[in-house]
Amino acid sequence: MAASRTPGQGAAAAARATFSLDRGSIVRGLAIAVFLAIAIFFLPTIGADWTTTFTSVAIYSVITLGLGLLYGRVGLISLGQVALLVIGVWTATRLSFATDLPFPVLLLLTGAVTCGVGVLIGLPAIRLSGLYLALITLMAAGAVNVVLVAINFPNGGGGFTGRTDTPDLSGLKPVARPSIAEGDTAYYRYVVVVAAVMFLVALLHVRGKPGRAWAAIRESEPAALAAGVNIVLYKLWAFALASFMAGVAGCLLAAQVGQPTAQSFQTQDSLTLLATTLIGGIFSLWGAVVAGCFSQLLPFLFQVQWGINPNFVLILFGAGLLQVLLTAPGGLAQQFPKDMANLGRLVWRGVGKVTGGGSGS
Amino acid sequence: MIEVEGLTVRFSGVTPIDRMSVTFPGGTCGLIGPNGAGKTTFFNVLSGFVRPAAGSIRAFGEDLLAMADYKRARWGLRRTFQTEQAIEQLSVFDNVAMIYEHSGVKGAGKRAEVQAAIEFVGMEAPPTAKVGGLGARERRLVEIARAVVGRPRVVLLDEPAAGLPEEETEHLRRVIQTIPEQFGALVVLVDHDMSLVRACCETTAVLDFGRLIASGPTAEVLLDENVIRAYLGTEDIA
Repeated sequence: MAASRTPGQGAAAAARATFSLDRGSIVRGLAIAVFLAIAIFFLPTIGADWTTTFTSVAIYSVITLGLGLLYGRVGLISLGQVALLVIGVWTATRLSFATDLPFPVLLLLTGAVTCGVGVLIGLPAIRLSGLYLALITLMAAGAVNVVLVAINFPNGGGGFTGRTDTPDLSGLKPVARPSIAEGDTAYYRYVVVVAAVMFLVALLHVRGKPGRAWAAIRESEPAALAAGVNIVLYKLWAFALASFMAGVAGCLLAAQVGQPTAQSFQTQDSLTLLATTLIGGIFSLWGAVVAGCFSQLLPFLFQVQWGINPNFVLILFGAGLLQVLLTAPGGLAQQFPKDMANLGRLVWRGVGKVTGGGSGS
Repeated sequence: MIEVEGLTVRFSGVTPIDRMSVTFPGGTCGLIGPNGAGKTTFFNVLSGFVRPAAGSIRAFGEDLLAMADYKRARWGLRRTFQTEQAIEQLSVFDNVAMIYEHSGVKGAGKRAEVQAAIEFVGMEAPPTAKVGGLGARERRLVEIARAVVGRPRVVLLDEPAAGLPEEETEHLRRVIQTIPEQFGALVVLVDHDMSLVRACCETTAVLDFGRLIASGPTAEVLLDENVIRAYLGTEDIA
C-alpha cells in the first residue's frame, strides 16, 4: 500500500513495543513495593507521635490525590476539597454514632455520600472553568464551614440527630475504629492499605478510558467533543471520584481523631492543600504522596520536632509554589528524580575524572 | 452522501454561511475558498460547535443537526483541526485508542484496529512515543489516524497540508487518497493547496463570503470563472 512507510515492522512487533513490560514499569513496580514495605513496616517503629503524623500524611495524600487528578488530569481547579473532607468526617461521625456498621462499610458509605454531595456541587460548577470554578468551590467550602459551626459539629449525642449541650466533649463516645486496627500503629497500617487502594483506583482511571478522555478534555474541549467524549459526564466523573476520595479520607480522619471538631477544618486549608498539591506535582500520582508529606509531616517537624513557629511552613509553601509555577510545572515528583539523575551524572563524571584520568565521559 | 440544504449561520451581524446548498456525493470531496469563506465554520456546524440559524444537513439519510454533538463521533463523524489537536500528554497509541473507545465499536479488536490506523498513516515514531515530543508532520499523521479509526463514515480534514513541506504533502496525499476505499468513509477536504485538492478530490465545492459559488467535478470547478475571480479578486485584471 502506498501509504505504508514502515513495511519492516509488523503489527506484532509494534504491539510488543506497546505492551511488553519494559524496564521502566518494572522499576516503577519495585519502587512502589519498596515504598509500601517501608511505610508499613519501618515507619511505625520510629515513635508514637510519628506514627500519628504518618497516619495524617496517608490520609491527606488521599485528598491531594483527588485534587491532583482534578487539576492535573482534567484541568479543573477545586478549592472545595476540604469542605468535602469535612462532609466525609461529619457523615462518618454521625453514621458511627448511629449505627454499628463494620468499618469498611462505613468507609464506602461515607465515600458514597460525599461523592453524592460532590456531584451536586459539581453539576452547576463544572459548567464554569478556571478561576470561576475555583471561586465557586471555595464559596461552597465556606458555606459548609458556616453550617458546621452553626450546628455545633459534630454535636455529640447518639443516633443521627442526637446532640449534647455540654461543651466538654471528653465524655462522648469516639468514632469507632476498625476492630482489627484499634491501636495507633495497627490503625496507621490500615490507613496505608486503604490509601494504597485509593491510589490503585486512581492509577486504573488514569491508565484507562477515563484517563484518556480526561487528557483529551484538558488538551482541548472542542477536540474532545469532536472525538465523541461526553465532556459533562467525564468532568462529573472526575469530580465524583475526587469527592469519593475526600469522603474516604474524611472517614479515616474521623476514626483517627475520634472526636472531630469543626474548628479543626478551616476553609483556607483548601488553599494550602492546593499549594502542596502543586508543589508535590499534579502529573504524577507520587506527587500526592509528596503533597501529603508537605501538608502534614512538615508542620509536625517544624512545631514538634524543631520547635519552630509552624507559620514558617506557610512561607515555605509560598516559596515552593513560586518555584513550581516558575521552573518546575511537574512539581517535586517530576523534578526531584530529574535533579537526582543530573546529580548522579555529575558525581559519576567526577569519579570518572579522578579514577580514569578523564576517560570516563 | 451529505446533503446540505439552505444552511445559514449568523453571528451577531455577520453571516459566515449564507443559504448554502450543496451535495457531497462520496469519495473525497474538496471544499475550497479564500480565507474567511466559511469553510471551517461549515465544519464546526457539522461537528456541532455552531448552531445554524436555518437549514438542514442530512448525512447518509440521517439528520445530523438533530444529533447531540458528542454523539456524532459515535455515529461516524471524524475531523481534524486547522491547528492540530493531538493530545500531548498521551502516547501515539493512546491518542488513537481514545477515539476508538468513544466510537461505539464493540468487541475485542481495539488493539488491532488502533494499530492498523497507526500503520495506515505511516507513522515513523513508535506507538509508545508521547505526542508532545513529536514533530509537526508526525502530529498531523496522529490526527489523521485518530480520524480514521473505529469505522468512520465522514472524515473532515481541515487544511491537513498547511505548513508541511512538499515531500510530506506527497505522503499525505497518498494517505488521503486511500481513506475512502480503505475505510469506506466520505472525506471532505479543506485545503489551500490546489494540487492536493486536484489530486485527491473527484468533486469540489467552492465557498466565497459564505456563499456557494461553484460545485461539481474538480477539474471543471477549478477553471470556473467565478472561482478564479474569487481567488484573484473581483477587479478586472486585463
